[in-house]
Amino acid sequence: MSEEGLRPDLALIARTVTPGARVLDVGCGDGALMAALRDAKQVDARGLEIDGDNVAAAVGRGLSVVQGDADTDLAYYPDASFDYAILSQTLQTTRRPDLVVEELLRIGRQAFVSFPNFAHWRGRLSLMWGGRMPVTRLLPDTWYDTLNIHHVTVDDFRALVKERGWKIDGQWFLKGDKETTHANANLFAEHAVFLLRRG
Amino acid sequence: MASASSTDDSRFGLRRQVRLAGPLRLDSGAVLAPVDIAYETYGAMNADGSNVILICHALTGDQYVASDHPVTGKPGWWWRMVGEGKPVDPARHFIVCANVIGSCMGSSGPASIDPASNTPYAMRFPVLTIADMVRAQALLLDHLGVGRLAAVIGGSMGGMQALSWPTIFPNRVESCIVIASTARHSAQNIAFHEVGRQAIMADPNWRGGDYYADGQVPSAGLAVARMAAHITYLSEAGLTEKFGRRLQGRDAKTFGFDADFQVESYLRHQGLSFVERFDANSYLYITRAMDYYDIAEDHGGSLATAFAPSKARFCLVSFDTDWLYPTAESRVIVHALNASGAQASFVELSSPFGHDAFLLECPELNRVVDGFLKGGRA
Repeated sequence: MSEEGLRPDLALIARTVTPGARVLDVGCGDGALMAALRDAKQVDARGLEIDGDNVAAAVGRGLSVVQGDADTDLAYYPDASFDYAILSQTLQTTRRPDLVVEELLRIGRQAFVSFPNFAHWRGRLSLMWGGRMPVTRLLPDTWYDTLNIHHVTVDDFRALVKERGWKIDGQWFLKGDKETTHANANLFAEHAVFLLRRG
Repeated sequence: MASASSTDDSRFGLRRQVRLAGPLRLDSGAVLAPVDIAYETYGAMNADGSNVILICHALTGDQYVASDHPVTGKPGWWWRMVGEGKPVDPARHFIVCANVIGSCMGSSGPASIDPASNTPYAMRFPVLTIADMVRAQALLLDHLGVGRLAAVIGGSMGGMQALSWPTIFPNRVESCIVIASTARHSAQNIAFHEVGRQAIMADPNWRGGDYYADGQVPSAGLAVARMAAHITYLSEAGLTEKFGRRLQGRDAKTFGFDADFQVESYLRHQGLSFVERFDANSYLYITRAMDYYDIAEDHGGSLATAFAPSKARFCLVSFDTDWLYPTAESRVIVHALNASGAQASFVELSSPFGHDAFLLECPELNRVVDGFLKGGRA
């Protein structure tokens, strides 16, 4: 599998990862990114995924994926055992997103974190005019059945990065499947991808 | 030596048995010689010997993994996994399955003749460990001209052997599939086994294990042991669905101690049919080997240390209704593999069948094993 067909944030990560790297994909789903990295960049990819059907699908395509929970199972990975730890669109589903990122930065020399931006103008309008929690293309679930328990905005995440003293090695913003400007990202970006390292 | 074909060499094929000189040095300090091993092979070894898969069987299993059982006439115990078009396929793989030592299907065990006395060993047979079983398998592989294993696969006690393989022979195993198993026997596991052993030893026919001469075997005790164990292989939900409180061939309770309930009748049948194919002393020896099993204990208390020398890929599978070797046991192994940097996959599959799920219809299991064995190569 190539980058084509990958979710835009995953395609962006796939482009950025150095060939031959060791990668831990936390919340790897059915292994789409891992397979792309393995096939296109000879990456040694490992995955952690909470959903059993997804794990079975990923193992079925020959990937090394462990069923487990980002909130509890990252503790079992040794320090600096990967070049990259990747958390794509999983941050907002964890119980303690800050601790999960700390773990990513302990396990990986660098960490990719991607998440949907809750401050995108569509969501703001929906909340402001409708007075209801946004249900948009980006956030398609209703408040009671969404897996997203910690909604986060680009500016919230930047504030957390600053507070914890993490370093930003790269940041990308997406609107649909296209990259968009850094200016006013908190208003106009649907997705954000950050590449972090420990401070 | 690796290019032997299965057609023109008497070492290969169904229903093989070999007497190896040994001696096999056992964990107990005792020495076993000679070492008889009964086994089957399927398919043919390729030129570079890179397609060999060893299948390890469970407590009461045998070498008839994919061929009809000579006593019961039933199809091989893992025909769902091994065979034409299955994840383990003789068209692609050279498959070896050997009866564990201590058992009673042709490999050395308590019913074998002790060369020192020319009578059956009975309880004079040395106590074994899972690692001893693995070392005996390695002797067989030497005999067959097999160097490295592309994969070693097992469920339950077979999983214990599979998991032990890369810790004992790190350079001989490329991948390892461990299904519904554990890295050590828990207190509860040992407790259930002790019930079974005491049932056998309490049978007046057991006579300290010396029952081979007159054929008066401790079948009542062995049947009770099997009945107790069989409960642990199923799930409560499975039992309820299959039997509920339904009565067996009657409309009302008899106010007696016949098998009023279907579940009683089922268990009695399981016990009775088991004694026709299994030796009570073998049951004692193999359950003992399982109770002694604790991979970490053999490596300074650290499971990660045990796996460190191995470069093998690992795949672990548990079942959500298995309370004999529950998912938590597989997680312990996975965490140790992660800590040692090994390539590990793990999934908990859903099945109503409890521990026995690995032997029964489970398309997801086949999909996982197939994908793992192919390792991403189409």
